[in-house]
Formats: sequence, structure tokens, C-alpha cells
Amino acid sequence: MVSKEKIYSYLENVSDPEVPVLSILDLGIVRDVIINEVNETVEILITPTYSGCPAMQMIAMNVKIEMLAQGVKNVSVTEILSPAWTTDWMTENGKRKLNEYGIAPPQNKSNEYISIEDLIVPCPICQSKNTSVISEFGSTACKSLYRCNDCLEPFDYFKCH
Amino acid sequence: MNNSLVEYIMHLADNSLIHGHRLSEWCGHGPILEVDIALSNIALDNIGAARSLYEYAAEIEGNGKTEDTYPYFRDVRQFKNSLLLELPNGNFADTIAKCLLFDTYQFYFYTALKNSTDNRLAAIAEKSLKEVTYHLRFSSEWVVRLGDGTDESKQKMQNAIAEHWEYAGELFAPSNIELEMIEQGIAPNLDALKDVWQQKIAETIEEATLSFPLSNEKGWFQSGGKKGIHTEYLGFILADLQYMQKTYPNSEW
Repeated sequence: MVSKEKIYSYLENVSDPEVPVLSILDLGIVRDVIINEVNETVEILITPTYSGCPAMQMIAMNVKIEMLAQGVKNVSVTEILSPAWTTDWMTENGKRKLNEYGIAPPQNKSNEYISIEDLIVPCPICQSKNTSVISEFGSTACKSLYRCNDCLEPFDYFKCH
Repeated sequence: MNNSLVEYIMHLADNSLIHGHRLSEWCGHGPILEVDIALSNIALDNIGAARSLYEYAAEIEGNGKTEDTYPYFRDVRQFKNSLLLELPNGNFADTIAKCLLFDTYQFYFYTALKNSTDNRLAAIAEKSLKEVTYHLRFSSEWVVRLGDGTDESKQKMQNAIAEHWEYAGELFAPSNIELEMIEQGIAPNLDALKDVWQQKIAETIEEATLSFPLSNEKGWFQSGGKKGIHTEYLGFILADLQYMQKTYPNSEW
């Protein structure tokens, strides 16, 4: 029977369809892997980022395809809602990759409230801290839209949630 | 099987679905691109919450039911959403007024539902509350921006609040199912929510330099949705929402 570590290493190959630079492990949506030695089944628990996230079904399908490609059979993907996903679960490596990709990573922890006026989001392109919010809602539920006042480029901010 | 619980879940799911569906009508029609995107995002969050709820109801009912059974194969009288949510979008101020009243309600409602004795509903509330916090900020900011804006935007915002106000009371008038659920600790006590709700709305209205709707003093409100007695608008929403499944039952992508 395949080990839990091995399953996690395969999951590293499954990316978020909307932010392809992140694996689903970087994103922190994989909550657990349960291996049943007796029935030889693998259950992967994932949690949605936002309730209406349209990528969820695709992620579940991609997880199954990846497992089949690696020769792991009898895989099920279960969606759990609690505890609710938070950007605190995003890995440091994931945040670094986001920034390199041109999306500013979450700037604070979910339990420390910073009003939108006080939040400083550095521009992922020129690193300037002189930026302003255009819209709290962006191209996907998890992002908001910013503009850099120095290099004048618009950019996405992966908002703290 | 707990019939009352299914009925209660259906009421919550219908609220989210119909609100989400109405907001989705703004997609491609928003006054500016950012608002268009915001309203579509909020629509998606609501439809997502509705899916979680319908899925839960389907699991309790069993019998081959799925999350799709309820939105696509029920008729008007079986929908239990509040009337407020089926009203047409109207102008932008109308939609924002409806959002303010409902987002504020949902904010306090989900905060309380997190403590439900039903773990699944508590989990859905925990998830949705994080999203509703954004919705409420969006609608509150727009009420202030329009109210404290030009003469025209102020007038439109004031009219919109007055028109939608008389539909908001229904949110706090418990149906028999809700009373039963409150009794069991599954649903939050609506009476307790009403005061904080009204106070929060009053603060926003004041910040927007608007006045409180006159009908507030009379205390009368439109109702019926929770019992399945709807305005004529719901039938048109369902015609749009259900025509594909009604024409080709159980068709899949």
C-alpha cells in the first residue's frame, strides 16, 4: 500500500487551475490524507477556498487523474467545510511563488484585522509600497485589484481571508 | 428523517439562491467594471452557500435527491425565500439597498448560526460569515457613497431604502418551522438579531446622510415568502433558472 508521504508528493503536482503557479498544497486546501490499509482505499480531504469557488470540481478531478497516473487506485476526494479555509494555511513557499508570478501574497494573518486604508500591499513588480486598492473584488473570489502608484501597473492581491 | 430540519435548510438555501441569482443578472450590466465583478463575486458566494445547503438537505432526505433537485425541480409555492430577495434589481441604488438590508442580516445571522447545535449548519455559517463580511463592506460603502453623493444619487438611495424597507421585516418574523428550530437550538433567535441589525443599518444610514424610512415607525411589513406565498417576480426567476432542466430533464453538461 502506498504511503501517506508518497500521496503528498503526488499532490504537489496538482495545481490550482486559476493560479497555476500554486500547488494545492501551497494553497493549504488539502486537509488530510486517510489511507485504509484493509480496503486499500485512499481518501483525500480538501476544503474550498470560497463557497462558490468554481475550481473545486476541477481540482477534485485533477487529484483523481494525478493519482491514477501514479498508479494509485480507489481514490476518493471528500470536501469538508470546517474549519473554514484561511490564507494562514498558505505555505511560505507558496507566497514566494505567488509574488514571483505577479500576484501580491496575503500581508497579514486572518485574526489580525487591518482596515483596507491601513493595509500596505507592496507591488509584486517593482516592490514599491506606494500602492492603492482599485476594487476589493477581483478576477477571482480570492483576489482584489490594486494599482502601483510608482510603476503604474495594476496587479492582483491574494487577499487575507 | 427530520422533515422540519429539511424545511428549514430549504428556507436558508432558497434565500441564498434567489439573492445570488438576482445579483448574477448584473453580470455584464454593472455601472462600472469593478462593480460588475464585485456583484458577480457576491452572487457566486451566495450560490455556493446555497449549494452547500441543498447538498445537506439532499443527504438528509436521501431517496436519490441531489443538490440540483431543489433549485431545478420545485415550483414557486415550494420556495421559502423571503420576498425581499426576489424583488427585481431595479436601478443600482435599489440593488444596493437590498444588499445592505440582507448583508447586514446575514452577517449577524451567520455569526449566531456558528453556535448552532447542528454541526453541519455551524460549519456552513463559519465558512459563509467570512464571505459576508466582504459583502457587507461593499454594500455599506456604496450606500454611503450614493447617499452622501450628488442630489440625484442621494434621492435614489433614499427612495431605494424606503421601498425595500417594508420587505425587510419578514426576515425577522419567524415561521412555525423557524420557531421549532429556535426551540431546538438549531436556529438563532431572530428577536435577538433584530436590534443589532437595526442599529447597524441606522449607523450606515446616518453616515450616508440619509433619513430612516418613515414606514419604520409603523412597523408593518410585507410577508409571505417563508410560507411559499410569493410576488409575481419569483415565477419569472424560476422560468429563467429552470427552463433547461424543465425542457431536458436531468440533462448534464
